[in-house]
Amino acid sequence: MNLAPASSPDIAINVEGLSKSFGGREVVHDLSMQVKRGSIYGFLGPNGSGKTTTIRMLCGLLTPDSGEGTCLGYDIRRDADKIKRQVGYMTQRFSLYQDLSVRENLEFVARLYGMPDARGAARDMIQRIGLNGREEQLAGELSGGWKQRLALGACTLPNPQLLLLDEPTAGVDPKARRDFWNEIHALAAEGLTVLVSTHYMDEAERCHEIAYIAYGHLLAHGTVDEVIAKSALSTWTVSGDDLNGLAAELAGKPGVDMVAPFGTSLHVSGRDKAALEATIAPYRDTRGWHWQDSEPSLEDVFIDLMNRSKDNFQ
Amino acid sequence: MSVTEATNRDRGVGEPAFGFWRRSYAMLVKEFIQLRRDRVSFAMIVMIPVMQLLLFGYAINTTPRHLPTAVLIQEDSDLARSVLKALENTSYFRFTREVHSVAEFDDLLQSGKVLFGVEIPRGFERAVRRGDRPALLVAADATDPVAAGSALGSLGVVVQTALAHDLHIGDPPAMPFEIRAHARYNPAAESRLNIVPGLVGTILTMTMLIFTALSVTREIERGTMESLLSMPIKPVEVMFGKIIPYVIVGFIQASLIVGIGVLLFGVPILGSVVLLAALTTLFITTNLSIGYTFSTIVQNQLQAMQMSMMFFLPSILLSGFMFPFSGMPVWAQYLGEGLPLTHYIRIVRAIMLKGAGPANLQYDTIALIALMLVAMTIAVTRFRRTLD
Repeated sequence: MNLAPASSPDIAINVEGLSKSFGGREVVHDLSMQVKRGSIYGFLGPNGSGKTTTIRMLCGLLTPDSGEGTCLGYDIRRDADKIKRQVGYMTQRFSLYQDLSVRENLEFVARLYGMPDARGAARDMIQRIGLNGREEQLAGELSGGWKQRLALGACTLPNPQLLLLDEPTAGVDPKARRDFWNEIHALAAEGLTVLVSTHYMDEAERCHEIAYIAYGHLLAHGTVDEVIAKSALSTWTVSGDDLNGLAAELAGKPGVDMVAPFGTSLHVSGRDKAALEATIAPYRDTRGWHWQDSEPSLEDVFIDLMNRSKDNFQ
Repeated sequence: MSVTEATNRDRGVGEPAFGFWRRSYAMLVKEFIQLRRDRVSFAMIVMIPVMQLLLFGYAINTTPRHLPTAVLIQEDSDLARSVLKALENTSYFRFTREVHSVAEFDDLLQSGKVLFGVEIPRGFERAVRRGDRPALLVAADATDPVAAGSALGSLGVVVQTALAHDLHIGDPPAMPFEIRAHARYNPAAESRLNIVPGLVGTILTMTMLIFTALSVTREIERGTMESLLSMPIKPVEVMFGKIIPYVIVGFIQASLIVGIGVLLFGVPILGSVVLLAALTTLFITTNLSIGYTFSTIVQNQLQAMQMSMMFFLPSILLSGFMFPFSGMPVWAQYLGEGLPLTHYIRIVRAIMLKGAGPANLQYDTIALIALMLVAMTIAVTRFRRTLD
């Protein structure tokens, strides 16, 4: 078994070969990743791909079956207690006390972390997350967007060095999502490391680095540009009439790996550039279609990765 | 127009025939599936009635026999032995201890280690021969009138039996000696004096168990456990944080029950109120710890409730609250010793009705502490620190 590489001070998360099974089904397979301090690391992947399990292993809520590593320099197997003091974990499902008020929830967290002035800390956090005027409202009565802010406030309250956010913006309206991401960037600018899982492509593009995980396997990682470049995917954007008919005709032809409608245009992608061009040649300049050689979007890349991994792992 | 169409129109758009029954059936099928998945609840459905029936059937005896009795023999004579033999032959008395001083005799009765004490006075046989008609004392712990009643009723025949066994007395008068029964602590055999202190313990057992039995499962069911576990808190800290508030609640509840008992039912507190308060607090904490332990073992709130019931039923039946403890078979008595209510009922009756002090209650106090520590240890080790 490999020894985890000694972590340097500018690495927040450094894990190698993490695996975890539940009831004989492997949910995370041999996962290795490194996250730099002060960066926002996006964790992407379809439902059930192992994102939540990985995050839980990082903060000591689950014990990996194999593999090892460090989180903030602490061993994830032995030093779970120390990691918990420095990590803020925002769960996918709202997990603060619904029957406590906003202020009471925050004071509870502050006391639990042994903060000297729990009331003061809670009051400051209410200001920061903009919940003033609602401090006496029960957490269970808040709307989705406010709940999410409260949860973020609760996990940043004890001044952690690392934030683990598990699909924090699921079910939240676009304005609240934007505010939330501004807050995340402000926190990262203060030196916080943020690992955030999401389904949204626009959110992935707001991350410094991303990792794509499907069926428990880490399939790609790097900056958004790196991930797109590494995919070696060629994409043509087609606009014109009867795109549905074109899509049906092209699907499954040699060289065409993926056909996806994007509003009024169609993305046709393939990994074998030559084969793709040979296939589409007869359709170009006919029936008023306009073909344009373009960059694949992050979504194209991810769908392609997912399709390929399905062939490999299922 | 077909018949079906007509019916459909009558019922409104898209309303299927027999809608009421179909929907009820759908609900019913779902409930059965969920019940089948919850193995623990399923097991309890069988276990609760079976356990109750077996306990009622085998363990409970309202005319208890072979009750523990202490003997203070100040004279070793043939007649004395005949009397003791005759007492034993009634099958109500079983001599478990022989004591040598009146103080020891009183102490055993007060602490509840024996239910009866027989004193054979010095010069008994000689007094009988002289025709002085001496008295032989049978003292009974009458706090539980049911337990003591039949045994005391049997004393009338003892003199004759004893004489039939003893041929050394030449020509006895009709009644050469008398047996003086002394029902202590509750001479008027009022059952409320016995029941009210016992109720303090029974009510506390029920309420305290439920308070904590739901506490951990509630966090799991509401999803708050995940965020709690991700924060730096240790299992012992969670446990103390969840138990201590209810110690106060329990204490208020206990004061209320005791207060009503004293004011409305005229039950005395002969012993120290401070001692009663201290040991009641211990009892409350023991029950809270046991409830909390259940909470760390079961998977949901329904199971927690059922487990509390499983514990509560034998507590009522085997603790000596409803039925005399010493009347139960030995196996049931061993089970009873494992229940906090058994020990508390002895404590509360001894303090309130007999004026017992700390020295009399050592054994039951230590038993309560031991049960509490065992429960807490199980709870802390069973508490899952991860979601594995």
